[in-house]
Amino acid sequence: MSTSEKLLDVQHVTVKFHIGGLLGGTFLTAVNDVSFSLESNKPEIFTLAGESGSGKTTLSRVLLRDLEPTAGRVLFEGRDVSTIRKRSEFIEFMKKVQPVFQNPFETFSPLRRVEAYLFDTANNFKMASNDRDAARVVDDALRNVGLSLDEVRQRYPHELSGGQIQRVSVARALISQPRLILADEPVSMVDASLRMEIVNLFRKLRDEKGVSVLYITHDLATAYYISDRIAIMLRGYIVEMGPVEDVLERPAHPYTQLLKESVPEPAPQKRETWARHIELGATEVKEYGRIGCKFAGRCPKVMDICREADPPNVQVGQQMVKCYLYSERGEKAAAEAQP
Amino acid sequence: MTLLSVRNLRAYYQTEAYGISRTVQAVDGISFDLFPNEIYGVAGESSCGKTTLIKVISGNIKHPLKVLEGSVIYNFNGYQVDMLQISEDELRRNVRWKQISYVMQGSMSVLNPVRKVIKTFEDIVRTHEGITDKKKFLEQTRAHINRLGLPTDVLNAYPHQLSGGMRQRVAIALATVFQPALIIADEPTTALDVVVQRGVLHMIKDIQAMSKNTVLLVTHDMAVHANVTDRMMIMYAGRIAEEAPTESIFNAPLHPYTQHLINSLPMIGEKTTRTSLGGSPPNLANPPGGCRFHPRCPHVMDECRTVVPDLVTVKERHRVACHLFKEDSV
Amino acid sequence: MIFLSYDSPYDPSKSFVVPWDLPPSWEHPFGTTSRGQDLFWWLTFAVRNSLYVGVVTAIISRVISILVGLTAGYRGGWIDRVLMAISDTFVVLPLLPILILLSFLLRESMNLLNLAIILGLFGWSFDARLIRSQVLSLRERSFTRTAVYSGTNSFWITIHEHLPFVLPIVFATTLNNLLWSMGMEVTLSVLGLSDLSTPTLGTALFWANQHGALVAGVWWWITAPALVTAVLFLGLYLLFTSINEYIDPRTRLRLIGG
Repeated sequence: MSTSEKLLDVQHVTVKFHIGGLLGGTFLTAVNDVSFSLESNKPEIFTLAGESGSGKTTLSRVLLRDLEPTAGRVLFEGRDVSTIRKRSEFIEFMKKVQPVFQNPFETFSPLRRVEAYLFDTANNFKMASNDRDAARVVDDALRNVGLSLDEVRQRYPHELSGGQIQRVSVARALISQPRLILADEPVSMVDASLRMEIVNLFRKLRDEKGVSVLYITHDLATAYYISDRIAIMLRGYIVEMGPVEDVLERPAHPYTQLLKESVPEPAPQKRETWARHIELGATEVKEYGRIGCKFAGRCPKVMDICREADPPNVQVGQQMVKCYLYSERGEKAAAEAQP
Repeated sequence: MTLLSVRNLRAYYQTEAYGISRTVQAVDGISFDLFPNEIYGVAGESSCGKTTLIKVISGNIKHPLKVLEGSVIYNFNGYQVDMLQISEDELRRNVRWKQISYVMQGSMSVLNPVRKVIKTFEDIVRTHEGITDKKKFLEQTRAHINRLGLPTDVLNAYPHQLSGGMRQRVAIALATVFQPALIIADEPTTALDVVVQRGVLHMIKDIQAMSKNTVLLVTHDMAVHANVTDRMMIMYAGRIAEEAPTESIFNAPLHPYTQHLINSLPMIGEKTTRTSLGGSPPNLANPPGGCRFHPRCPHVMDECRTVVPDLVTVKERHRVACHLFKEDSV
Repeated sequence: MIFLSYDSPYDPSKSFVVPWDLPPSWEHPFGTTSRGQDLFWWLTFAVRNSLYVGVVTAIISRVISILVGLTAGYRGGWIDRVLMAISDTFVVLPLLPILILLSFLLRESMNLLNLAIILGLFGWSFDARLIRSQVLSLRERSFTRTAVYSGTNSFWITIHEHLPFVLPIVFATTLNNLLWSMGMEVTLSVLGLSDLSTPTLGTALFWANQHGALVAGVWWWITAPALVTAVLFLGLYLLFTSINEYIDPRTRLRLIGG
């Protein structure tokens, strides 16, 4: 398959941050050798899931071209995004890739009316030739999210509810008719009774507008609900990736298993699994710097080999799993361990 | 016997700036009881008044918050306390920390960042009971920490050396030094990862099972309520919409709001379309008349727009405030 | 008082137009000086000129500090480092000796405007740093990123997104700057280093000193300018705190019902 058929192709992206003073200090690898891709002709919702410190937000910044990767490449429509230098090229890129942020009340300046951002977007991306046109483009985008220009005109962010602003935020991202939307925790700050309408919106965009969505979240329940594929991240690595049904119904990686089991289910009759006691570390485990599998310190199925070198990526059914349990070397090691 | 009984509580925020006065009806006519030996949950969306309710029942009433009417009466094994009448001095000496303790979202505000954890324990014990025998205090604290399943080393660590989850558990240990009759946990796990959240909630459950006291758990996360609480109330716009044992809330919700809330929760293994309610939660500075849920309710009737529904008992231990249900209809 | 100066019956540059050394009376509310000037009317000019120095200085230094602060904060990188290096240099320069030196060098052309410009050029650096740090934090907030991905260029982001948040700082520092420059003028004048023929609050004190007002028992010559200065500073302070409260985004947010 040639790269031109891919909408987004992330190839071995690594991001290292330098922490500490001018001299010395250490490197923290926030994103480690991450690869995945989205097909161009098949819009989908792809979830990057992980807990805090898993590197998912850093990765999203790389994809938005906010941050240069230390190593690896990000290709969008076949083009390496780090070669975008000219402002006009950047505008072209932004036209096709648009973000939706986490906190609805931070997305828009509290001192500006929200429609200002919508008109700015329409004008800056040349989606309209005059003001009347711009109003129509903005109104169209708002109607896609179940609002209208009349409802948001002259309003400041605090005059709208969190759910409404988040829909305006999605509408803003839609104005330039992008091919990919990066949504970083778009519903974590939205009330439960309004949450599903935003989540459903992403589904609608995929099905009706052919927009791919990269959904970044820690919430496995909504991820399962909307996404087609999911990648589970742990300390910078993707440890498991595949169709969401496979990954979340039959998790293969021990970390995914723990994660899934820890998500409380909204069903009081099914308390037992969740109520099983677990071990928690007392101090911030230095998992970033750990050699070998980052989960080795907490893994119930840990083997000696896990502490020696990075586990390989193994294909298990539809899933890609980064774990020795499923590799030949791991099986051999396990067999040797048992007398 | 009740531990706490709240009757017809009305607490508003009244602010005035540049001649514009605003009244936010954050808690508007709430009555409920807490009993010993239970975990009671309070659920509701942001700005539904749950934080205000906690402030009032923990005696933390400061301007611009004002209690307009109602009563908040505690009964700690015969020691009666009227939270709205008690003097600040008595509250500090006899009630706070000893009978009622408080665990909140960010634990760093309880732990002093530049002192070892044991010093914070020392400060709190000294101000509330006094320390006569330092050795005995150390022994007791170690025993307390061990009983809660935490390693003794944490006492000699600085807060920043501990992980977020451990800090939160230390904060809980701190809150339970005097075996309080009531632990108020306000969004104790909201900022934590699911695995850590699970560990912290387990600890709260274990403590409750051990000391048979009462835990008031406030969180917007319905899935947490489903797994932790025995009984719970659903708040909507400053009022109680429904109160019942947790299982009934999830398996047989009556109020249309509760029903919607339960049905909209996504679950792993379930992909059927979840719908969302139209409209937005009301602005408590200018709430709708009648039932405050009526503009969003799918079953709205004429009387909902004008008459405030009473909270009626429809089944044993199951109360609901909705015109669809009358005292004797179920 | 400033407006009264336009209606003054006496020309401030002339002396011995009224009897000298008269204590305060109805005809001469603040008394008269040993140089035969009516102190009240003379001070109306002094306040006007002092405020003039203050305002010109404040405007010049505000403009520089806003430009430098916004640019350094938003652009970051080497621009930020260069601008901040310059600003730090100005912060550590020993101001008073330099001003005294400059006054000596520019003795001939040291009129009020030049003094104000010089003060303005020296008074921006600290506030530029303040504005920069505010912008640095604004730059990390989501709405800045929203604006970037709305295709807005950095100039308009600075004007639309950041300036409204920076204005309250500007106003707060304007007051400081105003008082500072007026104080500086007083200092220089008392030392006799400014244009002494122009009535200002500083030259009032200079002349009073020169004539040994206190020794001579002409106490009102010292007291009146000192009192006027105190009242003026207090008034400006109250004025600016209320303006600031009005213009602060947080107050504005509260007013529009947040």
